Amino acid sequence: MNTQSSTMHESFDAPRIASAISATRLFYWSVRRELWENRLLYLAPLAFAGVFLFGFLISLIHLPARMRGLSALDPAQQRDAIAMPYDIAAGLMMVTTILVGVFYCLEALHSERRDRSILFWKSLPVSDLTTVVAKASVAIFILPLLTSAIGSAMHFIMLLVSSAVLLGSGLSAATLWTRLAWLQMSLLLLYHILTAHALWPAPMYGWLLLVSGWARRATFLWAALPIVAIAGAEKMAFHTSHFAAMVGGRLIGVAPGNASTPDDIFPTNPMTHITPATFLSSPGLWIGLAVTAAFLIAAVRQRRYQGPV
Amino acid sequence: MSVIEARALRKTFGATVALDGIDLRVERGRILGLVGPNGAGKTTALNTILGLIPYQGELKVLGRNPWTEREQLMRDVCFIADVAVLPRWMQVSQMLDYVAGVHPRFDRAKAEAFLVTTAIKSTNKVRELSKGMVTQLHLALVMAIDARLLVLDEPTLGLDILYRKQFYDSLLSDYFDCSRTILLTTHQVEEIQHVLTDLMFINGGRIVLACSMEEFESRYAEVTVKPEHVAAARALKPIRERAVLGCSILLFDNTDRRQLAELGDVRTPSIADLFVAVMGNQAAQAQGAA
Repeated sequence: MNTQSSTMHESFDAPRIASAISATRLFYWSVRRELWENRLLYLAPLAFAGVFLFGFLISLIHLPARMRGLSALDPAQQRDAIAMPYDIAAGLMMVTTILVGVFYCLEALHSERRDRSILFWKSLPVSDLTTVVAKASVAIFILPLLTSAIGSAMHFIMLLVSSAVLLGSGLSAATLWTRLAWLQMSLLLLYHILTAHALWPAPMYGWLLLVSGWARRATFLWAALPIVAIAGAEKMAFHTSHFAAMVGGRLIGVAPGNASTPDDIFPTNPMTHITPATFLSSPGLWIGLAVTAAFLIAAVRQRRYQGPV
Repeated sequence: MSVIEARALRKTFGATVALDGIDLRVERGRILGLVGPNGAGKTTALNTILGLIPYQGELKVLGRNPWTEREQLMRDVCFIADVAVLPRWMQVSQMLDYVAGVHPRFDRAKAEAFLVTTAIKSTNKVRELSKGMVTQLHLALVMAIDARLLVLDEPTLGLDILYRKQFYDSLLSDYFDCSRTILLTTHQVEEIQHVLTDLMFINGGRIVLACSMEEFESRYAEVTVKPEHVAAARALKPIRERAVLGCSILLFDNTDRRQLAELGDVRTPSIADLFVAVMGNQAAQAQGAA
Protein backbone atom coordinates (compact mmCIF):
# COMPACT_ATOMS: atom_id res chain seq x y z
CA MET A 1 0.00 0.00 0.00
CA ASN A 2 2.83 2.32 0.91
CA THR A 3 4.78 1.72 -2.28
CA GLN A 4 1.64 2.15 -4.24
CA SER A 5 0.82 5.50 -2.72
CA SER A 6 4.37 6.79 -3.18
CA THR A 7 4.33 5.91 -6.87
CA MET A 8 1.01 7.67 -7.15
CA HIS A 9 2.56 10.85 -5.79
CA GLU A 10 5.49 10.55 -8.17
CA SER A 11 3.31 10.16 -11.17
CA PHE A 12 1.86 13.60 -10.42
CA ASP A 13 5.02 15.32 -9.30
CA ALA A 14 7.43 13.81 -11.79
CA PRO A 15 7.32 16.42 -14.56
CA ARG A 16 7.32 19.29 -12.08
CA ILE A 17 9.82 20.69 -9.68
CA ALA A 18 8.73 19.34 -6.34
CA SER A 19 9.40 22.48 -4.35
CA ALA A 20 8.11 23.08 -0.87
CA ILE A 21 8.37 26.33 1.02
CA SER A 22 10.24 26.23 4.30
CA ALA A 23 8.32 26.48 7.56
CA THR A 24 10.15 29.67 8.54
CA ARG A 25 9.14 31.38 5.30
CA LEU A 26 5.50 30.37 5.76
CA PHE A 27 5.69 31.69 9.32
CA TYR A 28 7.33 34.94 8.21
CA TRP A 29 4.60 35.65 5.66
CA SER A 30 1.87 34.69 8.13
CA VAL A 31 3.23 37.27 10.57
CA ARG A 32 3.50 39.92 7.84
CA ARG A 33 -0.10 39.26 6.94
CA GLU A 34 -1.07 39.96 10.58
CA LEU A 35 0.82 43.26 10.57
CA TRP A 36 -0.88 44.28 7.32
CA GLU A 37 -4.32 43.38 8.57
CA ASN A 38 -3.94 44.76 12.11
CA ARG A 39 -2.28 48.13 11.73
CA LEU A 40 -3.68 48.84 15.20
CA LEU A 41 -0.71 46.85 16.53
CA TYR A 42 1.64 49.77 15.87
CA LEU A 43 -0.75 52.67 15.21
CA ALA A 44 -2.34 52.48 18.68
CA PRO A 45 0.99 52.63 20.61
CA LEU A 46 2.20 55.38 18.26
CA ALA A 47 -0.97 57.38 18.78
CA PHE A 48 -0.72 57.04 22.58
CA ALA A 49 2.94 58.01 22.39
CA GLY A 50 2.09 61.07 20.28
CA VAL A 51 -0.57 62.30 22.69
CA PHE A 52 1.68 61.73 25.68
CA LEU A 53 4.64 63.54 24.11
CA PHE A 54 2.42 66.50 23.35
CA GLY A 55 1.44 66.70 27.02
CA PHE A 56 5.05 66.28 28.04
CA LEU A 57 6.15 69.17 25.83
CA ILE A 58 3.71 71.47 27.55
CA SER A 59 4.95 70.36 30.97
CA LEU A 60 8.50 71.34 30.02
CA ILE A 61 7.70 74.97 30.80
CA HIS A 62 8.28 74.16 34.45
CA LEU A 63 11.37 72.03 33.91
CA PRO A 64 14.10 74.67 34.44
CA ALA A 65 12.47 75.74 37.72
CA ARG A 66 12.24 72.15 38.91
CA MET A 67 15.86 71.43 38.03
CA ARG A 68 17.00 74.49 39.98
CA GLY A 69 15.18 73.26 43.09
CA LEU A 70 16.67 69.81 42.70
CA SER A 71 20.02 70.39 44.35
CA ALA A 72 18.35 70.57 47.78
CA LEU A 73 17.29 66.91 47.49
CA ASP A 74 19.35 63.76 48.01
CA PRO A 75 20.24 61.64 44.93
CA ALA A 76 17.37 59.13 45.33
CA GLN A 77 14.80 61.91 45.67
CA GLN A 78 16.41 63.70 42.73
CA ARG A 79 15.93 60.66 40.58
CA ASP A 80 12.31 60.21 41.64
CA ALA A 81 11.57 63.81 40.88
CA ILE A 82 13.09 63.66 37.40
CA ALA A 83 11.92 60.16 36.55
CA MET A 84 8.21 60.57 37.14
CA PRO A 85 7.21 61.40 33.52
CA TYR A 86 9.46 58.61 32.26
CA ASP A 87 7.73 56.12 34.55
CA ILE A 88 4.38 57.31 33.31
CA ALA A 89 5.51 56.88 29.69
CA ALA A 90 6.67 53.33 30.40
CA GLY A 91 3.42 52.56 32.22
CA LEU A 92 1.44 53.90 29.29
CA MET A 93 3.20 51.49 26.95
CA MET A 94 2.44 48.61 29.33
CA VAL A 95 -1.24 49.46 29.43
CA THR A 96 -1.19 49.78 25.62
CA THR A 97 0.41 46.35 25.32
CA ILE A 98 -2.35 44.81 27.43
CA LEU A 99 -5.21 46.62 25.65
CA VAL A 100 -3.95 46.02 22.11
CA GLY A 101 -3.02 42.41 22.94
CA VAL A 102 -6.49 41.63 24.27
CA PHE A 103 -8.33 43.19 21.35
CA TYR A 104 -5.97 41.74 18.76
CA CYS A 105 -6.43 38.21 20.14
CA LEU A 106 -10.22 38.54 20.30
CA GLU A 107 -10.27 39.46 16.60
CA ALA A 108 -7.41 37.31 15.33
CA LEU A 109 -9.28 34.11 14.49
CA HIS A 110 -12.71 35.74 14.28
CA SER A 111 -12.40 38.37 11.56
CA GLU A 112 -11.30 35.85 8.92
CA ARG A 113 -14.42 33.80 9.59
CA ARG A 114 -16.67 36.85 9.69
CA ASP A 115 -15.56 38.16 6.28
CA ARG A 116 -15.27 34.60 4.87
CA SER A 117 -11.66 35.23 3.88
CA ILE A 118 -10.81 32.02 5.77
CA LEU A 119 -11.80 30.26 2.54
CA PHE A 120 -9.07 32.18 0.73
CA TRP A 121 -6.44 31.55 3.42
CA LYS A 122 -7.31 27.87 3.45
CA SER A 123 -6.92 27.67 -0.33
CA LEU A 124 -3.20 28.28 0.14
CA PRO A 125 -0.64 25.76 1.36
CA VAL A 126 -0.38 27.18 4.87
CA SER A 127 -1.35 24.92 7.77
CA ASP A 128 -3.73 25.81 10.58
CA LEU A 129 -0.82 25.29 12.99
CA THR A 130 1.35 27.88 11.22
CA THR A 131 -1.52 30.36 11.16
CA VAL A 132 -2.41 30.00 14.85
CA VAL A 133 1.22 30.03 16.00
CA ALA A 134 1.86 33.15 13.91
CA LYS A 135 -1.11 34.92 15.49
CA ALA A 136 -0.07 33.87 19.00
CA SER A 137 3.50 35.07 18.46
CA VAL A 138 2.25 38.42 17.24
CA ALA A 139 0.53 38.87 20.63
CA ILE A 140 3.31 37.32 22.74
CA PHE A 141 6.46 38.56 20.95
CA ILE A 142 5.90 41.06 18.16
CA LEU A 143 3.54 43.39 20.04
CA PRO A 144 5.76 43.57 23.19
CA LEU A 145 8.80 44.24 21.01
CA LEU A 146 6.92 47.01 19.20
CA THR A 147 5.61 48.68 22.34
CA SER A 148 8.94 48.53 24.17
CA ALA A 149 10.70 49.95 21.12
CA ILE A 150 8.16 52.77 20.94
CA GLY A 151 8.53 53.29 24.72
CA SER A 152 12.31 53.57 24.38
CA ALA A 153 11.98 55.96 21.49
CA MET A 154 9.61 58.06 23.62
CA HIS A 155 12.15 58.15 26.46
CA PHE A 156 14.86 59.19 24.05
CA ILE A 157 12.79 62.00 22.56
CA MET A 158 11.82 63.17 26.07
CA LEU A 159 15.46 63.28 27.12
CA LEU A 160 16.50 65.15 23.98
CA VAL A 161 13.77 67.75 24.23
CA SER A 162 14.35 68.22 27.97
CA SER A 163 18.07 68.70 27.34
CA ALA A 164 17.34 71.30 24.71
CA VAL A 165 15.04 73.17 27.12
CA LEU A 166 17.62 73.04 29.92
CA LEU A 167 20.48 74.18 27.68
CA GLY A 168 18.25 76.94 26.34
CA SER A 169 17.74 78.27 29.88
CA GLY A 170 21.43 78.07 30.68
CA LEU A 171 21.34 74.90 32.78
CA SER A 172 23.35 71.72 32.41
CA ALA A 173 21.61 68.64 31.08
CA ALA A 174 24.17 66.30 32.61
CA THR A 175 22.08 65.49 35.72
CA LEU A 176 19.29 64.37 33.47
CA TRP A 177 21.39 61.91 31.51
CA THR A 178 23.20 60.52 34.54
CA ARG A 179 20.06 60.09 36.60
CA LEU A 180 18.18 58.50 33.68
CA ALA A 181 20.45 56.03 31.91
CA TRP A 182 18.59 55.65 28.65
CA LEU A 183 20.02 52.33 27.52
CA GLN A 184 19.44 50.78 30.92
CA MET A 185 15.87 52.10 31.00
CA SER A 186 15.25 50.64 27.55
CA LEU A 187 16.55 47.21 28.48
CA LEU A 188 14.53 47.21 31.69
CA LEU A 189 11.41 48.21 29.82
CA LEU A 190 11.96 45.50 27.22
CA TYR A 191 12.56 42.91 29.91
CA HIS A 192 9.55 43.99 31.90
CA ILE A 193 7.16 44.04 28.95
CA LEU A 194 8.39 40.69 27.62
CA THR A 195 8.15 38.95 30.98
CA ALA A 196 5.28 40.62 32.83
CA HIS A 197 3.11 41.56 29.84
CA ALA A 198 3.83 38.77 27.34
CA LEU A 199 5.08 35.51 28.84
CA TRP A 200 3.27 35.84 32.15
CA PRO A 201 -0.17 36.57 30.63
CA ALA A 202 0.42 34.16 27.70
CA PRO A 203 -2.34 31.75 28.89
CA MET A 204 -4.78 34.66 28.73
CA TYR A 205 -3.78 35.35 25.12
CA GLY A 206 -4.13 31.64 24.34
CA TRP A 207 -7.62 31.63 25.84
CA LEU A 208 -8.68 34.73 23.90
CA LEU A 209 -7.39 33.20 20.62
CA LEU A 210 -9.33 30.02 21.31
CA VAL A 211 -12.54 31.96 21.98
CA SER A 212 -12.06 34.11 18.89
CA GLY A 213 -11.83 30.96 16.77
CA TRP A 214 -14.85 29.42 18.42
CA ALA A 215 -17.45 32.12 19.10
CA ARG A 216 -19.82 33.09 16.32
CA ARG A 217 -20.21 36.59 17.68
CA ALA A 218 -19.58 38.65 20.84
CA THR A 219 -16.11 37.22 21.37
CA PHE A 220 -15.41 39.50 24.34
CA LEU A 221 -18.53 38.29 26.13
CA TRP A 222 -17.70 34.62 25.57
CA ALA A 223 -14.14 35.20 26.73
CA ALA A 224 -15.17 37.01 29.91
CA LEU A 225 -18.25 35.01 30.93
CA PRO A 226 -16.54 31.77 31.99
CA ILE A 227 -13.97 33.72 34.01
CA VAL A 228 -16.68 35.68 35.80
CA ALA A 229 -18.69 32.50 36.31
CA ILE A 230 -15.79 30.54 37.81
CA ALA A 231 -14.76 33.44 40.03
CA GLY A 232 -18.37 33.84 41.17
CA ALA A 233 -18.79 30.13 41.87
CA GLU A 234 -15.56 30.09 43.90
CA LYS A 235 -16.73 33.05 45.95
CA MET A 236 -20.09 31.43 46.63
CA ALA A 237 -18.72 27.99 47.45
CA PHE A 238 -15.54 28.75 49.37
CA HIS A 239 -15.73 32.48 50.13
CA THR A 240 -12.32 32.85 48.47
CA SER A 241 -11.23 34.62 45.29
CA HIS A 242 -8.05 32.83 44.23
CA PHE A 243 -9.17 32.40 40.65
CA ALA A 244 -10.07 36.07 40.19
CA ALA A 245 -6.78 37.09 41.79
CA MET A 246 -4.87 34.76 39.50
CA VAL A 247 -6.56 35.98 36.32
CA GLY A 248 -6.20 39.59 37.44
CA GLY A 249 -2.53 39.07 38.22
CA ARG A 250 -1.87 37.62 34.80
CA LEU A 251 -3.79 40.42 33.13
CA ILE A 252 -2.01 43.34 34.80
CA GLY A 253 1.33 41.53 34.79
CA VAL A 254 2.14 40.81 38.42
CA ALA A 255 4.93 38.41 37.55
CA PRO A 256 7.31 36.93 40.10
CA GLY A 257 10.74 38.50 40.39
CA ASN A 258 9.90 41.75 38.62
CA ALA A 259 8.98 44.41 41.09
CA SER A 260 10.81 44.91 44.36
CA THR A 261 7.93 46.65 46.08
CA PRO A 262 4.27 46.94 45.17
CA ASP A 263 4.76 50.71 44.67
CA ASP A 264 7.64 50.20 42.29
CA ILE A 265 5.86 48.50 39.42
CA PHE A 266 7.43 50.76 36.82
CA PRO A 267 10.77 49.35 35.84
CA THR A 268 12.56 52.43 34.62
CA ASN A 269 14.35 52.83 37.92
CA PRO A 270 17.86 51.47 37.42
CA MET A 271 17.72 50.48 41.07
CA THR A 272 14.91 48.04 40.29
CA HIS A 273 16.16 44.67 41.27
CA ILE A 274 15.13 42.30 38.50
CA THR A 275 15.63 38.63 39.07
CA PRO A 276 15.25 36.67 35.84
CA ALA A 277 16.18 33.50 37.71
CA THR A 278 13.20 33.92 40.03
CA PHE A 279 10.96 34.50 37.06
CA LEU A 280 12.27 31.60 35.01
CA SER A 281 12.19 29.19 37.91
CA SER A 282 8.68 30.05 39.06
CA PRO A 283 6.29 27.15 38.45
CA GLY A 284 3.59 29.68 37.63
CA LEU A 285 5.41 30.65 34.43
CA TRP A 286 5.78 27.10 33.18
CA ILE A 287 2.30 26.02 34.19
CA GLY A 288 1.05 29.12 32.36
CA LEU A 289 3.01 28.26 29.22
CA ALA A 290 1.72 24.69 29.29
CA VAL A 291 -1.85 26.01 29.57
CA THR A 292 -1.09 28.39 26.66
CA ALA A 293 0.08 25.46 24.54
CA ALA A 294 -3.10 23.54 25.38
CA PHE A 295 -5.29 26.51 24.39
CA LEU A 296 -3.36 26.94 21.14
CA ILE A 297 -3.65 23.25 20.23
CA ALA A 298 -7.39 23.55 20.81
CA ALA A 299 -7.44 26.69 18.63
CA VAL A 300 -5.63 24.88 15.79
CA ARG A 301 -8.14 22.05 15.97
CA GLN A 302 -10.95 24.58 16.08
CA ARG A 303 -9.71 26.36 12.97
CA ARG A 304 -9.44 23.07 11.15
CA TYR A 305 -13.11 22.30 11.71
CA GLN A 306 -14.52 25.83 11.56
CA GLY A 307 -15.83 27.31 8.37
CA PRO A 308 -16.96 30.91 7.92
CA VAL A 309 -19.39 32.29 10.49
CA MET B 1 -4.55 7.45 -12.02
CA SER B 2 -7.54 9.66 -11.28
CA VAL B 3 -7.35 13.22 -10.03
CA ILE B 4 -10.33 12.66 -7.75
CA GLU B 5 -11.43 9.27 -6.57
CA ALA B 6 -14.27 8.89 -4.09
CA ARG B 7 -15.97 5.75 -2.87
CA ALA B 8 -19.07 5.79 -0.67
CA LEU B 9 -18.32 9.39 0.28
CA ARG B 10 -20.73 10.39 3.02
CA LYS B 11 -21.21 13.50 5.11
CA THR B 12 -23.89 14.23 7.65
CA PHE B 13 -24.61 17.38 9.62
CA GLY B 14 -26.56 16.16 12.64
CA ALA B 15 -29.60 14.40 11.24
CA THR B 16 -29.21 15.96 7.78
CA VAL B 17 -27.52 13.79 5.19
CA ALA B 18 -25.60 16.12 2.89
CA LEU B 19 -23.76 13.43 0.93
CA ASP B 20 -25.29 10.00 0.79
CA GLY B 21 -22.57 7.66 -0.40
CA ILE B 22 -21.15 9.20 -3.55
CA ASP B 23 -18.86 7.33 -5.95
CA LEU B 24 -16.89 9.68 -8.13
CA ARG B 25 -13.93 9.43 -10.43
CA VAL B 26 -12.48 12.41 -12.28
CA GLU B 27 -9.60 11.85 -14.70
CA ARG B 28 -6.89 14.30 -15.66
CA GLY B 29 -7.74 16.82 -18.37
CA ARG B 30 -11.49 16.86 -17.71
CA ILE B 31 -13.80 19.75 -16.91
CA LEU B 32 -16.58 18.40 -14.75
CA GLY B 33 -19.70 20.42 -14.06
CA LEU B 34 -21.53 19.57 -10.88
CA VAL B 35 -25.15 20.66 -11.24
CA GLY B 36 -27.87 20.45 -8.64
CA PRO B 37 -30.59 22.42 -6.89
CA ASN B 38 -29.83 24.44 -3.77
CA GLY B 39 -29.03 22.16 -0.87
CA ALA B 40 -28.24 19.22 -3.15
CA GLY B 41 -24.81 18.69 -1.58
CA LYS B 42 -22.63 20.33 -4.24
CA THR B 43 -20.72 22.63 -1.91
CA THR B 44 -20.41 19.86 0.68
CA ALA B 45 -18.87 17.62 -1.99
CA LEU B 46 -16.41 20.35 -2.96
CA ASN B 47 -15.57 21.06 0.69
CA THR B 48 -14.68 17.42 1.31
CA ILE B 49 -12.48 17.41 -1.81
CA LEU B 50 -10.72 20.58 -0.61
CA GLY B 51 -10.09 19.17 2.87
CA LEU B 52 -12.26 21.80 4.55
CA ILE B 53 -14.54 19.31 6.33
CA PRO B 54 -14.13 15.74 7.60
CA TYR B 55 -16.12 12.96 5.91
CA GLN B 56 -16.86 9.26 5.97
CA GLY B 57 -15.90 6.89 3.18
CA GLU B 58 -12.88 6.92 0.94
CA LEU B 59 -11.55 9.97 -0.85
CA LYS B 60 -8.28 10.58 -2.62
CA VAL B 61 -7.44 13.84 -4.39
CA LEU B 62 -4.21 13.67 -6.42
CA GLY B 63 -3.41 10.57 -4.37
CA ARG B 64 -3.75 12.39 -1.06
CA ASN B 65 -6.23 12.37 1.79
CA PRO B 66 -7.60 15.94 1.71
CA TRP B 67 -8.61 16.06 5.37
CA THR B 68 -5.24 15.02 6.78
CA GLU B 69 -3.01 16.54 4.08
CA ARG B 70 -4.77 19.79 3.22
CA GLU B 71 -1.75 22.06 3.20
CA GLN B 72 0.31 19.71 0.99
CA LEU B 73 -2.67 19.26 -1.30
CA MET B 74 -3.11 23.03 -1.67
CA ARG B 75 0.21 23.24 -3.51
CA ASP B 76 -1.53 21.44 -6.37
CA VAL B 77 -5.13 22.51 -5.91
CA CYS B 78 -6.66 25.96 -6.24
CA PHE B 79 -10.18 27.00 -5.45
CA ILE B 80 -12.48 29.95 -5.77
CA ALA B 81 -15.40 29.74 -3.35
CA ASP B 82 -18.91 30.84 -4.12
CA VAL B 83 -18.63 34.49 -3.13
CA ALA B 84 -15.79 36.95 -3.07
CA VAL B 85 -13.61 35.70 -0.24
CA LEU B 86 -10.51 37.80 -0.82
CA PRO B 87 -9.76 39.76 2.38
CA ARG B 88 -11.23 43.21 1.88
CA TRP B 89 -8.51 45.04 3.81
CA MET B 90 -5.72 43.71 1.61
CA GLN B 91 -3.94 45.65 -1.10
CA VAL B 92 -3.47 44.02 -4.50
CA SER B 93 0.32 44.29 -4.23
CA GLN B 94 0.24 42.78 -0.72
CA MET B 95 -1.81 39.91 -2.02
CA LEU B 96 0.70 39.21 -4.77
CA ASP B 97 3.56 39.43 -2.24
CA TYR B 98 1.79 37.08 0.12
CA VAL B 99 0.84 34.42 -2.41
CA ALA B 100 4.35 34.58 -3.91
CA GLY B 101 5.67 34.16 -0.37
CA VAL B 102 3.71 31.08 0.58
CA HIS B 103 2.99 29.31 -2.71
CA PRO B 104 5.79 27.35 -4.38
CA ARG B 105 4.06 27.28 -7.76
CA PHE B 106 2.97 30.90 -8.06
CA ASP B 107 4.31 32.88 -11.00
CA ARG B 108 4.01 36.53 -10.03
CA ALA B 109 4.87 37.87 -13.48
CA LYS B 110 1.99 35.88 -14.96
CA ALA B 111 -0.50 37.32 -12.47
CA GLU B 112 0.76 40.85 -13.11
CA ALA B 113 0.52 40.35 -16.85
CA PHE B 114 -3.12 39.36 -16.46
CA LEU B 115 -3.88 42.27 -14.12
CA VAL B 116 -2.48 44.75 -16.66
CA THR B 117 -5.34 43.79 -18.97
CA THR B 118 -7.86 44.80 -16.29
CA ALA B 119 -8.68 48.08 -14.55
CA ILE B 120 -7.19 46.78 -11.28
CA LYS B 121 -4.21 48.75 -9.92
CA SER B 122 -1.65 47.26 -7.57
CA THR B 123 -2.35 49.99 -5.02
CA ASN B 124 -6.06 49.18 -4.91
CA LYS B 125 -7.51 47.60 -1.84
CA VAL B 126 -9.89 44.72 -2.38
CA ARG B 127 -12.72 46.71 -0.77
CA GLU B 128 -12.35 49.37 -3.47
CA LEU B 129 -12.91 46.88 -6.29
CA SER B 130 -16.25 45.98 -7.82
CA LYS B 131 -17.49 42.43 -7.51
CA GLY B 132 -16.46 41.66 -11.08
CA MET B 133 -12.99 43.06 -10.48
CA VAL B 134 -12.54 40.98 -7.31
CA THR B 135 -13.34 37.89 -9.36
CA GLN B 136 -10.83 39.01 -11.98
CA LEU B 137 -8.21 39.44 -9.28
CA HIS B 138 -8.89 36.01 -7.86
CA LEU B 139 -8.75 34.55 -11.34
CA ALA B 140 -5.41 36.29 -11.94
CA LEU B 141 -4.01 34.68 -8.78
CA VAL B 142 -5.38 31.25 -9.61
CA MET B 143 -4.24 31.30 -13.22
CA ALA B 144 -0.70 32.16 -12.15
CA ILE B 145 -0.54 29.07 -9.96
CA ASP B 146 0.64 25.98 -11.75
CA ALA B 147 -1.96 23.71 -10.13
CA ARG B 148 -3.26 20.31 -11.14
CA LEU B 149 -6.84 20.76 -10.00
CA LEU B 150 -8.94 23.89 -9.98
CA VAL B 151 -12.18 23.89 -8.01
CA LEU B 152 -14.72 26.60 -8.71
CA ASP B 153 -17.85 26.92 -6.58
CA GLU B 154 -20.25 29.33 -8.27
CA PRO B 155 -17.34 31.48 -9.46
CA THR B 156 -19.50 33.87 -11.45
CA LEU B 157 -22.37 34.34 -9.00
CA GLY B 158 -23.62 37.90 -9.08
CA LEU B 159 -21.46 38.95 -12.04
CA ASP B 160 -22.89 40.56 -15.14
CA ILE B 161 -22.84 38.69 -18.41
CA LEU B 162 -19.70 40.40 -19.72
CA TYR B 163 -17.62 39.37 -16.72
CA ARG B 164 -19.12 35.88 -16.79
CA LYS B 165 -18.22 35.36 -20.44
CA GLN B 166 -14.75 36.83 -19.97
CA PHE B 167 -14.20 34.58 -16.97
CA TYR B 168 -14.83 31.35 -18.87
CA ASP B 169 -12.98 32.63 -21.95
CA SER B 170 -9.85 33.34 -19.89
CA LEU B 171 -10.16 30.02 -18.16
CA LEU B 172 -10.37 28.07 -21.39
CA SER B 173 -7.90 29.95 -23.55
CA ASP B 174 -5.23 31.01 -21.03
CA TYR B 175 -5.42 28.37 -18.34
CA PHE B 176 -6.84 25.04 -19.27
CA ASP B 177 -4.75 22.38 -20.92
CA CYS B 178 -4.92 18.61 -20.87
CA SER B 179 -2.67 18.32 -17.83
CA ARG B 180 -5.12 20.24 -15.67
CA THR B 181 -8.51 19.36 -14.32
CA ILE B 182 -11.38 21.66 -13.42
CA LEU B 183 -14.31 20.90 -11.17
CA LEU B 184 -17.03 23.52 -11.08
CA THR B 185 -20.54 24.17 -9.86
CA THR B 186 -22.87 26.83 -11.13
CA HIS B 187 -26.54 27.61 -11.56
CA GLN B 188 -25.88 29.30 -14.89
CA VAL B 189 -25.71 25.93 -16.64
CA GLU B 190 -26.50 27.23 -20.12
CA GLU B 191 -23.27 29.25 -20.10
CA ILE B 192 -21.02 26.32 -19.31
CA GLN B 193 -22.52 23.76 -21.68
CA HIS B 194 -19.78 24.32 -24.28
CA VAL B 195 -17.09 24.45 -21.59
CA LEU B 196 -17.67 21.08 -19.95
CA THR B 197 -16.29 17.69 -20.89
CA ASP B 198 -18.28 15.89 -18.20
CA LEU B 199 -21.57 16.46 -16.48
CA MET B 200 -22.91 15.34 -13.15
CA PHE B 201 -26.33 15.99 -11.61
CA ILE B 202 -26.57 15.75 -7.88
CA ASN B 203 -29.69 15.88 -5.73
CA GLY B 204 -30.38 15.01 -2.12
CA GLY B 205 -26.75 14.05 -1.63
CA ARG B 206 -26.81 11.44 -4.40
CA ILE B 207 -25.55 11.39 -7.95
CA VAL B 208 -28.55 11.40 -10.23
CA LEU B 209 -26.74 11.43 -13.53
CA ALA B 210 -23.11 11.23 -14.59
CA CYS B 211 -21.93 11.21 -18.18
CA SER B 212 -19.38 12.72 -20.52
CA MET B 213 -20.60 15.44 -22.89
CA GLU B 214 -20.14 13.03 -25.84
CA GLU B 215 -22.49 10.60 -24.12
CA PHE B 216 -24.81 13.45 -23.29
CA GLU B 217 -25.02 14.44 -26.95
CA SER B 218 -25.53 10.92 -28.27
CA ARG B 219 -27.89 9.84 -25.54
CA TYR B 220 -30.33 12.73 -25.19
CA ALA B 221 -32.34 14.24 -27.97
CA GLU B 222 -34.91 16.98 -28.00
CA VAL B 223 -37.56 16.93 -30.68
CA THR B 224 -40.00 19.63 -31.71
CA VAL B 225 -42.88 17.42 -32.65
CA LYS B 226 -45.52 18.37 -35.22
CA PRO B 227 -49.03 18.22 -33.75
CA GLU B 228 -50.03 15.23 -35.90
CA HIS B 229 -47.13 13.14 -34.55
CA VAL B 230 -47.54 13.86 -30.87
CA ALA B 231 -49.30 10.56 -30.07
CA ALA B 232 -46.66 8.55 -31.89
CA ALA B 233 -43.93 10.52 -30.14
CA ARG B 234 -45.47 9.92 -26.73
CA ALA B 235 -45.46 6.21 -27.44
CA LEU B 236 -41.64 6.37 -27.50
CA LYS B 237 -41.75 7.34 -23.80
CA PRO B 238 -40.17 10.79 -23.62
CA ILE B 239 -38.70 11.75 -20.27
CA ARG B 240 -40.25 15.18 -20.51
CA GLU B 241 -42.78 17.05 -22.53
CA ARG B 242 -43.36 20.77 -22.69
CA ALA B 243 -45.34 23.07 -24.94
CA VAL B 244 -43.79 26.16 -26.50
CA LEU B 245 -45.83 28.39 -28.83
CA GLY B 246 -48.23 25.64 -29.69
CA CYS B 247 -45.51 23.09 -30.48
CA SER B 248 -44.74 20.12 -28.27
CA ILE B 249 -41.11 19.68 -27.35
CA LEU B 250 -40.26 16.20 -26.14
CA LEU B 251 -37.04 15.05 -24.55
CA PHE B 252 -35.88 11.49 -25.19
CA ASP B 253 -33.32 9.34 -23.49
CA ASN B 254 -31.59 6.64 -25.58
CA THR B 255 -34.05 6.66 -28.41
CA ASP B 256 -33.21 5.89 -32.02
CA ARG B 257 -32.41 9.17 -33.78
CA ARG B 258 -33.78 8.07 -37.14
CA GLN B 259 -37.09 7.25 -35.56
CA LEU B 260 -37.11 10.66 -33.89
CA ALA B 261 -36.20 12.47 -37.10
CA GLU B 262 -39.49 11.32 -38.63
CA LEU B 263 -41.40 13.08 -35.87
CA GLY B 264 -39.82 16.54 -36.20
CA ASP B 265 -36.63 18.59 -35.72
CA VAL B 266 -34.06 16.76 -33.57
CA ARG B 267 -31.35 18.54 -31.63
CA THR B 268 -29.20 18.20 -28.53
CA PRO B 269 -31.09 19.54 -25.52
CA SER B 270 -29.65 22.16 -23.22
CA ILE B 271 -28.28 21.00 -19.88
CA ALA B 272 -30.91 23.15 -18.22
CA ASP B 273 -33.78 21.34 -19.95
CA LEU B 274 -32.35 17.94 -19.14
CA PHE B 275 -31.83 19.07 -15.56
CA VAL B 276 -35.46 20.08 -15.22
CA ALA B 277 -36.56 16.79 -16.77
CA VAL B 278 -34.39 14.62 -14.51
CA MET B 279 -35.18 16.56 -11.34
CA GLY B 280 -38.88 16.75 -12.20
CA ASN B 281 -39.06 12.99 -12.67
CA GLN B 282 -37.23 12.48 -9.40
CA ALA B 283 -39.76 14.61 -7.58
CA ALA B 284 -42.62 12.73 -9.23
CA GLN B 285 -41.13 9.38 -8.24
CA ALA B 286 -40.67 10.59 -4.70
CA GLN B 287 -44.32 11.67 -4.59
CA GLY B 288 -45.44 8.33 -6.04
CA ALA B 289 -43.47 6.49 -3.43
CA ALA B 290 -44.98 8.55 -0.63
